[in-house]
Amino acid sequence: MSRTAAPATGQKTSQAAASASRSAPRSPRKLVAVWAPPLVVFVLIIVAWYLVATYLTSIGRTTILPTPTRIVVDSFFPTTGGRPITGDLMRALGLSTGVALLGLVISIIIGVTWAVLMSQARWVERSLFPYAVILQCVPILALVPLIGTTLGYSFESRVLVCVLISLFPMVSNTLFGLQSVERSQRELFKLQGASRWTVLTKLQFPNAMPAIFAGMRISAGLAVVGAIVGDFFFRRGQPGLGILINNYASRVQTPQLFASIITAAILGVLIFLIFGWIGRMAVGRWYEPSA
Amino acid sequence: MSTVTLTPTQPEVDSGTLLDFQNVAMQFPNGTIALSGVDLTVNRGEFVTVVGPSGCGKSTLLRIASGLESASEGTAHLATSRIGYVFQDATLLPWRTVQANVELLAELNGQPKKKRAAKAREAIDLVGLAGFEQNLPKELSGGMKMRTSLARSFTLDPELFLFDEPFGALDEITRERLGDELLRIFVEQQFAALFITHSVAEAVYLSTKVVVMSGRPGRIVDTFEVPFEHPRDPDLRFTPEFAALCGQVSHALREGHS
Repeated sequence: MSRTAAPATGQKTSQAAASASRSAPRSPRKLVAVWAPPLVVFVLIIVAWYLVATYLTSIGRTTILPTPTRIVVDSFFPTTGGRPITGDLMRALGLSTGVALLGLVISIIIGVTWAVLMSQARWVERSLFPYAVILQCVPILALVPLIGTTLGYSFESRVLVCVLISLFPMVSNTLFGLQSVERSQRELFKLQGASRWTVLTKLQFPNAMPAIFAGMRISAGLAVVGAIVGDFFFRRGQPGLGILINNYASRVQTPQLFASIITAAILGVLIFLIFGWIGRMAVGRWYEPSA
Repeated sequence: MSTVTLTPTQPEVDSGTLLDFQNVAMQFPNGTIALSGVDLTVNRGEFVTVVGPSGCGKSTLLRIASGLESASEGTAHLATSRIGYVFQDATLLPWRTVQANVELLAELNGQPKKKRAAKAREAIDLVGLAGFEQNLPKELSGGMKMRTSLARSFTLDPELFLFDEPFGALDEITRERLGDELLRIFVEQQFAALFITHSVAEAVYLSTKVVVMSGRPGRIVDTFEVPFEHPRDPDLRFTPEFAALCGQVSHALREGHS
């Protein structure tokens, strides 16, 4: 009866697994495999853009699609009279980022609390879940003017729009994570007479972390949408990206319009990536998606 | 209920009864009768295996013994509070290392950190996982996960072990090896065990007593004393006596099933 055989083979596999997971993200070949395809597509898009924009300019339709160079030059290094929009854009970006992040944080706090409450008793879930669904089904855009007229066009109202739009994924993902604990794991705790609080903190909550972070990533994207949609509709107060976009559109300043749209897009992508990264840092060590 | 063989063979220990089922029946709210008229005792020093077809209520038996469910009829008396329950799957918490997983039960029982860490290291040694304390479950093979689960159940020094088909999901080789290890620890630690399985060979190899169950409703159809001495040689599996007893148990299983 050999006591060492199994661990010895196990050691090999675990070392292989460990070294594979260590070296995988760093290997240059893998980096190329990950980044090359989207970069190629990016270059193709830019080339196509230049071609279409040059053609449109050549037939005199200059305001439809400026070339990427014109967007950069007219917006940030204007040669003919106008002033650069860099300052306006950065101020708007700062405001919208602040609104989005604050809205997101509030969504996370409310969403997680809401889900924890629902996970504690069936009747709480039955009472509260329909409202989470309603929140998701009501077209938030329809509510935006109402929020503006009743609560004003302040910073707080914009944050409220973000919260309303980004709350649902936090509620539903957290609830799913808390409830997807395996029965045998629950019974393991039950056999030791673990309290509700112990089960929540030592079992359900850690178990829910991957789902919570997945929800956070979705909510982060929605919060950016909320921030921009919010002030796009308010059209008043301190200008965020939405108001800027609205202004440039109405003044037919197409290059500036494009510059602010691209800035908004970059903000959305960045926040999405950052929250994906935070999630991997927090649970990537132990979590294997669908394995 | 016919008791077929033979002379009791256990190394002599205090033969107190740890688990006593009298006329236990279980009917679920949906009307299914999972168990009916079950009498069963597990004494100190005994390794009792329950073998039966799937769905015959053998897991329900274990759940009643552990207190996870209560019998709808009869009495199920547990004479110790120190029970170890080993689930069918390893039920490790994937965010905890082997060490932290093994410490879990002691932690839930409020044992001080130093004490439970030492206890966990001892248990990890016992199941042959030394050197893997800091590994995460996802880095372990199925057999090693089960070893971790076994180590975890040892930390509370149980007097009675309840095993719910713990090796059911493992391959034949790993399964036999873990069976050997379990017997080694059984001899060393002198616990009593109630072990559920659907493998006749595993049942005969491990136990001092094999209980054969039949389904719909779950009931005990036969009980066999196993005459082989502990510690057992893995080669016991290839002896004619072993094969003969396996044959008798299989026969009883088939009889009970028809």
